[in-house]
Amino acid sequence: MTDPTSVRAGARRPQRYLPMQILLGFLVIYFLVPFWWVIVNSSKDAPGLFGGGNTLWFTDQIDYLGNLEQLFTYDGGIYLRWILNSTLYAIAGGVGATVLSVMAGYGFAKYRFAARRFSFAVVLGALMVPATALVIPTFIMFSRLGLTNTVWAVILPSLLNPFGVYLMHVYARDAVPDELLDAARVDGAGEIRTFLQIALPLMRPAVVTVLLLSAVASWNNYFLPLAMLSDNRLFPVTVGLGLWQGIASANNSGGTSLWSLIILGSLVSVIPLVIAFFSLQRHWRGGLSVGGLR
Amino acid sequence: MTVLTEKREPRTQPKTRKIRGKVHLREHLMGWFFVGPFGVVFLAFLIAPLGYALYLSLFQKKLIGGTSFVLFDNYVKAFTDPSFLSGAWFVIRFSLVSIPLQIILALAMALILDAVTTLFARFSRLMIFLPYAIPTVIGAVMWGFLYSKGFGPLTDIFGLFGATAPDFLGSNLIFYGLLNVVTWQWAGYYMIILYAALQGIDPTLYEAARMDGAGRWQVATRIKIPLIAPALILILVFSLIGTLQFFNEPQILRYLAAGTIGADFTPNMYAYQQAFSLANFNYGSAISFALGGIVFICVYAFLFFTRKRRSFL
Repeated sequence: MTDPTSVRAGARRPQRYLPMQILLGFLVIYFLVPFWWVIVNSSKDAPGLFGGGNTLWFTDQIDYLGNLEQLFTYDGGIYLRWILNSTLYAIAGGVGATVLSVMAGYGFAKYRFAARRFSFAVVLGALMVPATALVIPTFIMFSRLGLTNTVWAVILPSLLNPFGVYLMHVYARDAVPDELLDAARVDGAGEIRTFLQIALPLMRPAVVTVLLLSAVASWNNYFLPLAMLSDNRLFPVTVGLGLWQGIASANNSGGTSLWSLIILGSLVSVIPLVIAFFSLQRHWRGGLSVGGLR
Repeated sequence: MTVLTEKREPRTQPKTRKIRGKVHLREHLMGWFFVGPFGVVFLAFLIAPLGYALYLSLFQKKLIGGTSFVLFDNYVKAFTDPSFLSGAWFVIRFSLVSIPLQIILALAMALILDAVTTLFARFSRLMIFLPYAIPTVIGAVMWGFLYSKGFGPLTDIFGLFGATAPDFLGSNLIFYGLLNVVTWQWAGYYMIILYAALQGIDPTLYEAARMDGAGRWQVATRIKIPLIAPALILILVFSLIGTLQFFNEPQILRYLAAGTIGADFTPNMYAYQQAFSLANFNYGSAISFALGGIVFICVYAFLFFTRKRRSFL
């Protein structure tokens, strides 16, 4: 850490700082090692995995296709079901949470309604409530209503995203000028049309950010579905792979084929989100700075 | 409550709202129209479970005599229960080490990436952020493999030097094993938030500082870091909330680290065990609520002490 900053005056040509780049190189290796291990080892069959040899390099036998076939046919294709479940939970939870957050954030920012300050303070307080503290009571509530072990048990609690409301509030307050909204009203646009056609386009970077963050939160969720679901055909991929891992660890000898499925299953399960993040990069980066700057 | 705020609110209105009266009622209605749907979800899935947990935690179920009202007995039990206390102590200890580590690492990476503008730096930024896209469960599974004696490279690498590989799943090193998983998972996310904040700083400030003879190190410590203090506080709060409710990683590594990680390793795991393995919902709720309370108080105290810095709240 001798010289980590630049003065942007010279920003026209790239700033190089070779020692810093070498340091970055080491960091990149650290962050990529687990991926590398998974990519290498999902090419191996059970003897290749357990037969010793270099665990960070390929064996002579590279069999992705065979392993993939095994993964997707094991136990009647349950893995594909888990992936589809995760997709459903991520999309339903993500889109639902985003719609609610965008509306609420806009409402808090642009209307002076009764009990606004109090409600917003309560929402901010809710940022500090740990989500997992809610899982057990929500489970008991749902079991009284007969909702446990259904997709709703996972989707409905995912709709709650106080941070999304906070982010949208800040963004709507700063990026949507009141004058513009008033002008639209004077021109005879209704409140809802003003929101949809004037405010929403201006809020797009934050909307994409909130959508991505809530979809990721749903996709990555483990504790909630673990508690809510007992039918393994409803599991998301996180809970499913956790289940496999428990089984494979419990019977060390019989679980050998399961280990290679878990390794490849981990790899396949991260691909959708990695693609989503990279392809939407330009959109979410602008929105992410909002939460931190104010 | 409503009446009070109603009277006070108009004073804070922007000047552009000219017409009072009719518009006023409409504004209330439209405001609630936009906030209402979230409000319903908020009541149903946050307020109601919290209230319900509090209610449940005041009862005890006994084999003989059924369920009875015991007021705070469950809390007294929790705060004298060695399982809960050792779990709570673990997450507090873990927070004290892991949060500073992650934030310092994230800050250093963000400052470097803000300064170095080559193609490789941009590539590194993405790669460092990549673990955030990985579910914590999968991250723990991956590191579990790397740690394990059977599949992991550690045995080979240390074998080259004739040394025995450290066992990050053993009871001596599990703290560091988890520390590494958590740092790997979150440092990149925090880095991106800090990086976004750094990019938002007006570059003319650096120019001015340089005119005054500030070196690059001084620009970093005197200008960049103070200006992104709100973002630092934001990620501190997030990591504090996340770490105190630690669950996924130890729960997953439990399978691999047989015997090292007990069912009461963290308070959250203990609550889960009480509720789902032992069907002891009253005590499980009490632990959840106590943990939620601890988190809330810690975060609130933290924000209170840093409020001068114009935090995000």
